[in-house]
Amino acid sequence: MSRGKIRRPLPEVSADPRIAVSLTVNGEALTREVSVRTLLSDFLRHELGLTGTHVGCEHGVCGACTVMIDGVAARSCLTLAMQASGCRVRTIESVAAEDGTLHPLQEAFRDCHALQCGYCTPGFIMNILSHFESGEPVDLSEEGIRDVLSGNLCRCTGYQGIVAAYRQAAARLALR
Amino acid sequence: MSTRSFGARIRRNIDPKLLRGEGSFVDDIPLPSPLHAAFVRSPFARARIRSVDAAAARAHPGVAAVYTCDEIGALDIELPQLIPHPSMTDPRTQRPLARGDVFHVGQPVAMVVAVDRYTAEDAAALVDVDYDPLPVEVDLERAVMDGAPLVHATHPNNVAAHFRQVSGDPARAMAQAEHVTRIRVQVDRSTAAPMECRAVAAMFDAVTGELTVWDGTQAPISVRGALASILGLDEDKVRVVAPDVGGGFGQKVYQFYPDELLVPMAARALGRPVKYIEDRRENFIGSSQERTQIHEIELHARRTGEVIALRDLFLHDTGAFIPYGIAIPQVASTSIAGAYRIPNIEVEFRCVYTPTVPVTPYRGCGRPQATFAIERALDQLAEELGLDRFEVRRRNLVADHEFPLLRSGLLFADGLPVSLDSGQYHRALALLAERLGAAGFAEEQELARGQGRYLGLGLAFYVEGTGLGPYEGGHVRVHPITGKVYVNTGLTSQGQGHDTVFAQIVADQLGVAVEDVIVVEGDTKAFDWGVATFASRAAVVSGNAIHQSAALVRAKAIAAAANMLEVDAEAIDLREGAAWVRGTNRHVSLAAVATATNPLRYAFNEAAKAATQFAPASRHDGPALRPGEHPGLEATDYYSPPCATWAYGVHGGLFEVDPVTCAVKVLRYVCVHDCGTMINPTIVEGQVLGGIAQGFGGALYERIEFDEDGNPINANFVDFLIPYATEVPPVEILHLETPSPLNPLGVKGVGEAGCIPVGAVVASGIEDALRPLGGAPFRHVPITPSMIHAAVAGT
Repeated sequence: MSRGKIRRPLPEVSADPRIAVSLTVNGEALTREVSVRTLLSDFLRHELGLTGTHVGCEHGVCGACTVMIDGVAARSCLTLAMQASGCRVRTIESVAAEDGTLHPLQEAFRDCHALQCGYCTPGFIMNILSHFESGEPVDLSEEGIRDVLSGNLCRCTGYQGIVAAYRQAAARLALR
Repeated sequence: MSTRSFGARIRRNIDPKLLRGEGSFVDDIPLPSPLHAAFVRSPFARARIRSVDAAAARAHPGVAAVYTCDEIGALDIELPQLIPHPSMTDPRTQRPLARGDVFHVGQPVAMVVAVDRYTAEDAAALVDVDYDPLPVEVDLERAVMDGAPLVHATHPNNVAAHFRQVSGDPARAMAQAEHVTRIRVQVDRSTAAPMECRAVAAMFDAVTGELTVWDGTQAPISVRGALASILGLDEDKVRVVAPDVGGGFGQKVYQFYPDELLVPMAARALGRPVKYIEDRRENFIGSSQERTQIHEIELHARRTGEVIALRDLFLHDTGAFIPYGIAIPQVASTSIAGAYRIPNIEVEFRCVYTPTVPVTPYRGCGRPQATFAIERALDQLAEELGLDRFEVRRRNLVADHEFPLLRSGLLFADGLPVSLDSGQYHRALALLAERLGAAGFAEEQELARGQGRYLGLGLAFYVEGTGLGPYEGGHVRVHPITGKVYVNTGLTSQGQGHDTVFAQIVADQLGVAVEDVIVVEGDTKAFDWGVATFASRAAVVSGNAIHQSAALVRAKAIAAAANMLEVDAEAIDLREGAAWVRGTNRHVSLAAVATATNPLRYAFNEAAKAATQFAPASRHDGPALRPGEHPGLEATDYYSPPCATWAYGVHGGLFEVDPVTCAVKVLRYVCVHDCGTMINPTIVEGQVLGGIAQGFGGALYERIEFDEDGNPINANFVDFLIPYATEVPPVEILHLETPSPLNPLGVKGVGEAGCIPVGAVVASGIEDALRPLGGAPFRHVPITPSMIHAAVAGT
C-alpha cells in the first residue's frame, strides 16, 4: 500500500459481547474487559503480554499451555478467561527470581538438556511445579516420574532429560 | 587456548530465556493492532469448485478482508517446483488458493482476515463454497492401477515420477545367487507434529517500504526470494525472520505454504500487521506429511548369507502435489543397501499422487522406510538360511579398510554418487551385542517362555547421508565495545542448539567463553547467503563455514595484537577474551584489539581507552586502511561440501510381548551411534533421543488414517497417538567417533539419526518374541495391537 492512497478504515473490534474479568496473575490483582469467549491462554498471551504460556493443540492434550489456577495445574486452552475470575493464576513468568535467576527446577532442565525447542517447556515446568508444591509425596521411581509427566507432550527430547531434571530438582529442593 | 570447548558437554546458551518463558516464537512477537487470518479449507479430497460466495463473510462484523483466488493478483499461480528432476513429468504444485479444483481435504480455498482469530473463523464458516465431489482412491497400490480415479488428469495411473538406478551388474550377480529372499514391507503415513504449529506474521512499513515477515520456517532466505519474486518487490525491502521456532523436523521447509505468501500480501495490501497462527487440526490437514512407501525387496545371496545383489521396487506416496520433487524416494533408494557391502543394486520407484496432504521430508526422509526394508529382509534371510541375525549382518557389513565405499550409479539427493566415507560398522555391532547381552539372550528367552512370557530381541543397522550442499556461510565479528563475538549463518534453528555448538567452534578459535559468542540465525537482514536447515546439515555445512571464518578472525586478531604488543605473531596466545604474550602477563583484551583495528574509534568505554595505550594495530604508511584491508575483527567465509558424509549406527532392544493383551513392553533399548567428531555430546544425545522417541511413534503408534473418501479421521492429538513419557523407554547410548575425512572438523550430521532404525528394531523384536507361537512376520509399521492379535491368531 503506498502512502499517497486513502485507506479504507479497517475494523478494530469484533461484535462479541464483552465482560470484565478480575483475577490475580502472578501475584498482581487486575481487571480487564474481554470478549466472553476469550480463552485464558489468549487472555494471558495477548491481553497481558505473558507469552511464555504456549498453545500447542487447543484441545487439552499436549499440556503446553499448562498454568496454575489456585495452585493446581490447569490447561489454559480449555479454560475461558472469565472462568478464572477471582482465581489466582500463576504462569511461567513467575518462576524465576525477579533478577532472572533460575528456579532450581529451571536450572535442572538446563543441566539435564531437558529442552530443545523450548515450546513445550513452560507447560512441563508448571505441571511439575504444581506437583512439587502440592504437598503430596514425590515418587522418584522411573515410573512415578513418567506418570507425572504423562500429561505433557514433548516432540524434541524423548523425555529422558526431563526425567533426569525432575529427579535433580526434587533432590535440590529436598522433596520426598 | 584455555579449556577446549569443542567436544565438551556445555550447557546451552539459549536455555535461560526459554526456561523463563521469554522465548520469541512468532505468535509471541508483539505487533501493533494485528489482524488475524483464518482459512476456508476444502472438506473434500477431490472436487470441482462450482462457485465461491464470500459476501456474507465480508459483511460479518470485524472482518477486514476476504480473499479468494480472484483477489490475490500475482499469487494466483501454481507455485514453483523447486527441485526439478528428469524423472518427473509436468510436476504439479499447489496454488495458494484453489482455483477450479481441490486436491485434498484441507486445501485452502479462501482466506479471511479479521480483528481476531475467533471472528476470522466465524466468517470463514460463512464463505459458501459449492463443490462437486469427484471419486478418489487413497490406497497406494490401487491408485496406480488402470481405471483408478486420477488426482490430476495430466497424470495417467497417478504416477508423478518414475526412476530407476543401478549400481554394479545386478543381472549377472542375480544369476549366480544360491538363495533369494523376497519380502514386501510397508511404512505408513505420519506427520512431524512439531509442538509449535506453523506461524506467519507480517508487517509492512509504508515509510521505508519494507515488508517484515516473521515465519516459523526452516528456510527464511528462500521465503524471502519467493516473496520478492512473486510480489515484485526489491529483495532488500523484504526481511524474513525465523525467530524461535518450536520444532520443525522438515515440515517447516515446504517452500511455499500458501500462508507464507498470502499473509505478507494481505499485510501489505491492508496496511496493518497480519498474522496466521496455524491450529493443530490445520497442522494435520494443511501441513506436509511423510512416510507411506511399499517396498518389494529381494536379497540375492550365497548360502553363506553374503548378499551379492539387491533388487528393490517401491511405491512412494507424494500426496496431492510434488513441490519437493523426488528427494524422499531418492534418499530411500540410495540408502537401500544400508551399511552393507552389497556390490550390485537395482532400485526402482514410482511416486504416486494421492488426494491427500502433500508429502515433503519429515525427519528421516525416506531412510526409515529403506532401513525397514533392508533390515527386515536381512532378518528373513537369516531365518531362511538358519543364521543368527547378528552373524548375517557381520558377513555383509562394510569393513573398516573398505572405506570409502563407492556405490557408483546410485546418485544421492545431492546429485552425487553414494560414497560411504568412514565408520567402524563391525565394532558398532560388537558393542551393541555386548551391551545388550545378546550372547546370553537365547537362554533368558527360553527361561521366560517356561514362565509363559514372550521375550524378543530386535536389532537394526542404519546409515544416514548427512551434510548436503551446496553450501552455507559463516560471518564472525568481534564487537569492539563488549568484546563479545557475533556469529551469523543463513540457516535456522528449531531447537537443535546451534547457538551453542557454533559458539563452541568459535570460542576455541578466539579464546573466548562460549556464552560470549552470540549466534544470530534465520534473519535475512543479518545474513542472507545460504540454504536452509534440513538433511542433518547444519553442523557439517554451517559448522565448517563458521570454523573457517573464525580462523580468519583469529589470524587477524593475532596479527593486530602482535603489532599492539610489539611481539611476533607466534608469541600471541588468545585466551580468556584477550591476546596474551606467551609466558608473560602482558595482554590486551579482544575488545581493545577490535577497537584498535577500526581506524575511527571513540573513547566511549574502557576497551577503547585501553586500545590507545598500545602500539598501532596495523603497521603501514599511507591511508588508514591499506588496499584490501578491512576495519575491525570480522570475516565471512563459506563451506561447500564435496559430497554427503555418512553417519551410521545400530540400535537393539529387548521386548516383552503379551500375546493376549497384545501389549509391547520395551525392557531395554540400546543405541550405538557414530556421527564423526562430536562438538557437544550432550546435544548429540538430545538429537538421538528425540529421534528415537519419534521412531517409537512411527513403530507403534503414529499413523494418519484416511477413510475411503480421503478424509483424515484422526487429525488431532486425541486420536493420533504421539508418545508421552510413559510410552518412550529409557535409552542407553554408546558413542563411537570416526571422524569424517571430508571436512576440516571431521563432523557428520546427527539430526535425523535417531528415528531411522526404530521401526525395524521393534518389528524384529516383536517377531522374535512371538516366534514360538508361529505367528506371521511383522513387515508393516506402525505395529498396532490389532496387528499383533492378527499375527498371533493367524488371521
